[in-house]
Amino acid sequence: MTVAPAIELKGISKAFGPVQANKDISIRVMPGTIHGIIGENGAGKSTLMSILYGFYKADKGQIFIGGMKTSIPDSQAAIAAGIGMVFQHFKLVENFTVLENIILGAEDGAMLRPSLAKARQSLTDLAKEYGLDVDPDAIVENLSVGHQQRVEILKALYRQADILILDEPTGVLTPAEADQLFRILNRLREEGKTIILITHKLREIMDTTDTVSVMRRGEMTATVKTSDTSPAGLAELMVGRKVLLQVDKVPATPKETVLEVENLRVVDEKGVERLKGISLDVKAGEILGIAGVAGNGQSELLAVLGGITSGTGVIRVNGQDIDLTGKFSDGQSRRARGIAHVPEDRQREGLIMDYMAWENTAFGYHRDPAYQSGILMNNAAIRADTEEKMERFDVRPPNPRLTAKNFSGGNQQKIVLAREIERNPDLLLVGQPTRGVDIGAIEFIHQQIVALRDQGKAILLVSVELDEIFALSDRIAVMFDGQLMGFRDPAKTDEKELGLMMAGVVEEEAA
Amino acid sequence: MEKMPAWADAVLVPLISLLLAAILSALVIIGIGEDPVAAVKLMVQGSLGSTYGWGYTLYYATNFMFTGLAVAVAFHARMFNIGGEGQAMLGGLGVAVVCLYMPWPHWSLALIFATLSSAVFGAAWAFLPAYLQAKRGSHIVITTIMFNFIAAALLNYLLVNVMRPKGSMDPATAKFPETTHLPTLHDILEPFGIAFSKAAPANVSLIVAIIACVAVYFLIWRTRLGYEIRAFGHSESGAKYAGISPVKITVVAMLISGGLAGMMAINNVMGEGERLIMNSTEGAGFIGIAVALMGRSHPFGVFLAAILFGFLYQGGAELALWTTIPRELIVVIQALVILFTGALDNMVRMPLEKLFLIFRKGDA
Repeated sequence: MTVAPAIELKGISKAFGPVQANKDISIRVMPGTIHGIIGENGAGKSTLMSILYGFYKADKGQIFIGGMKTSIPDSQAAIAAGIGMVFQHFKLVENFTVLENIILGAEDGAMLRPSLAKARQSLTDLAKEYGLDVDPDAIVENLSVGHQQRVEILKALYRQADILILDEPTGVLTPAEADQLFRILNRLREEGKTIILITHKLREIMDTTDTVSVMRRGEMTATVKTSDTSPAGLAELMVGRKVLLQVDKVPATPKETVLEVENLRVVDEKGVERLKGISLDVKAGEILGIAGVAGNGQSELLAVLGGITSGTGVIRVNGQDIDLTGKFSDGQSRRARGIAHVPEDRQREGLIMDYMAWENTAFGYHRDPAYQSGILMNNAAIRADTEEKMERFDVRPPNPRLTAKNFSGGNQQKIVLAREIERNPDLLLVGQPTRGVDIGAIEFIHQQIVALRDQGKAILLVSVELDEIFALSDRIAVMFDGQLMGFRDPAKTDEKELGLMMAGVVEEEAA
Repeated sequence: MEKMPAWADAVLVPLISLLLAAILSALVIIGIGEDPVAAVKLMVQGSLGSTYGWGYTLYYATNFMFTGLAVAVAFHARMFNIGGEGQAMLGGLGVAVVCLYMPWPHWSLALIFATLSSAVFGAAWAFLPAYLQAKRGSHIVITTIMFNFIAAALLNYLLVNVMRPKGSMDPATAKFPETTHLPTLHDILEPFGIAFSKAAPANVSLIVAIIACVAVYFLIWRTRLGYEIRAFGHSESGAKYAGISPVKITVVAMLISGGLAGMMAINNVMGEGERLIMNSTEGAGFIGIAVALMGRSHPFGVFLAAILFGFLYQGGAELALWTTIPRELIVVIQALVILFTGALDNMVRMPLEKLFLIFRKGDA
């Protein structure tokens, strides 16, 4: 006997302008199972779920719910089809009670009292059935985050959801709360509900799901039974290793140490420790590549090195201590010390998207005396400088007066790289240098980074693309959960070993 | 590719908005049984038809230039300074202190120091909201609005209890001494043989306002500070990356904004009132918001928009004086202009962008 899948997607595609967020995606999720969807940030997971919940309309493809072809033009239709969604950022009215939040949008009539009474009854039933205890009269803002999430789940169940989608549910939870959540999810599965869990955390997938799909760059790269895979296997699938990038480079000739980092720690605004004592060094004339699944502290490492956030520990450049918390801990001071930074997110950090190319060329270096004339900025000099840089880095179109947002991703990145590399820094920090960049530009960007190394500069590269790490690095460090799992020689390691390290497993090594 | 040419964005959109506001205003005037054509004639005649009318139009425009620039500078740092009213009131206090308690040999010296003093007072009034925004995240809209009320209460107290001359029943300061009286446009233009109304209040402050427009242009587009202010306004995360301190920019931009709003006092208090009275700002701080919106936060746009609103103010006053159109309706017309040029901007912009897109496709 065959059971119809609870959800089946066939050939879903969705593009935002030139960006293909979802490419021909098909999955089947059987009822009474937990299905994980894993992938890097920007892999297209959230877009796919938004299509399923009626926020976006797919360009192509079909959705089947319980074997029936269904169209989901809006979230009302999704709810009617039995789909409930728990968002990463809760959609609760903070100063309403739990009960009021639960009936919100599902009131039975103009008068609230009967709805509330009915909700109170079913809430008691739901709590009994699934072990979802929440005080119905508590004000939501007084609840812990874990309990607020329960309210979201209850909201979906109250609307008779059979399929529950959770988007990065543990992102905001403490480990204990996360454990409770997974107990609840197991209970829901036992009661026959279907659950889709979106996450980029390997451990959650391994611990809770029955099947898992891996997304990468908008494509579904694999769907496997969780019991048939391993964290290392998933990590490999997530970062990919199919495309072998080849960069012509001679062996590195490392010289004196440029960057030394000792016991670097960073605690974020919520009090979570994101860097747990990092120690590393980068020598002149070498590229140290930091591999890892996104969200394991690489961004924080770049931010603190680049002077965007503060931290504790020791950072030395050319033997001299760097100010980590005081007056000279900002990006300006870092640049003055010969540190250039190509940030991970060029649109939010590396560029001002509404600035013209020439204004962006001065960005961060706008206090350079060469860019001033008296009390004014020497805009003509900046434009001339920009024209030269655009030519050397083959930025197209080579128009300094074009606004940054009107360049393609690859050309935007070239503007940033030209600005940072042409400063002739001692140390270059590079984050995700080719994210969202077309193939042709990738090659060019890689060549520029290697060329800088060959001039005897130190380069710290952070990338979630394993092939990029392999193509560029002279040494590889793997980051997991705010710590370095170890250093490897790219010639003596492989994707498999790195994949394991990225999942937090270090093999006994005899090297 | 840009959606439409810059000239359309800067000129066409406000013009169409204005036209729509005018049409709706005409309908309202017809609705109360008056003749809109006659009303427009009267407005134009009253505000632009004589040097007396011009004198008033330019007087109001001077106020709006200062407050409009104030709002515009804050806009560039992505802050909504609604406190221009309060900052201008404090600017008045700054002018009064300089004019009343210091002896001045000549108006020009008095003007320089009164300008500085009014800017310092206005800036000081903007400092606390700016600091709270930068350090504590208290929203600048809320705090500057509250500071407007505090400013009014403070002025009320000072005028009634401290600065009111003995024996006077009027909550106002004494008349400023003769040597601080600013030359009016009549005085300025007379040597050139140009006859300008003696009674109109437009004065030398207009020239200061125009200088301020030019100065703000250079500040925003040509100096490093302006570069940092705009960068911060576009992207705070970008600013942090570049090593631009959000706290510093927030505070500095608001100080400049408050200073500009405060400088308005050299026009209305020193130039026109020649003493500090209650409510001397007459809502110019709020009109500044509309002026900055309509002027696209560009000093030249602010200059033009300020003159337009000066015209609306003076023309409106004439309308109220000579017709049975009630004063309240003038406020309605002004509100319509603000609504269309400010709040409903996208209503005109979006269809226009589409139109340009169609034209462009036709070309290709």
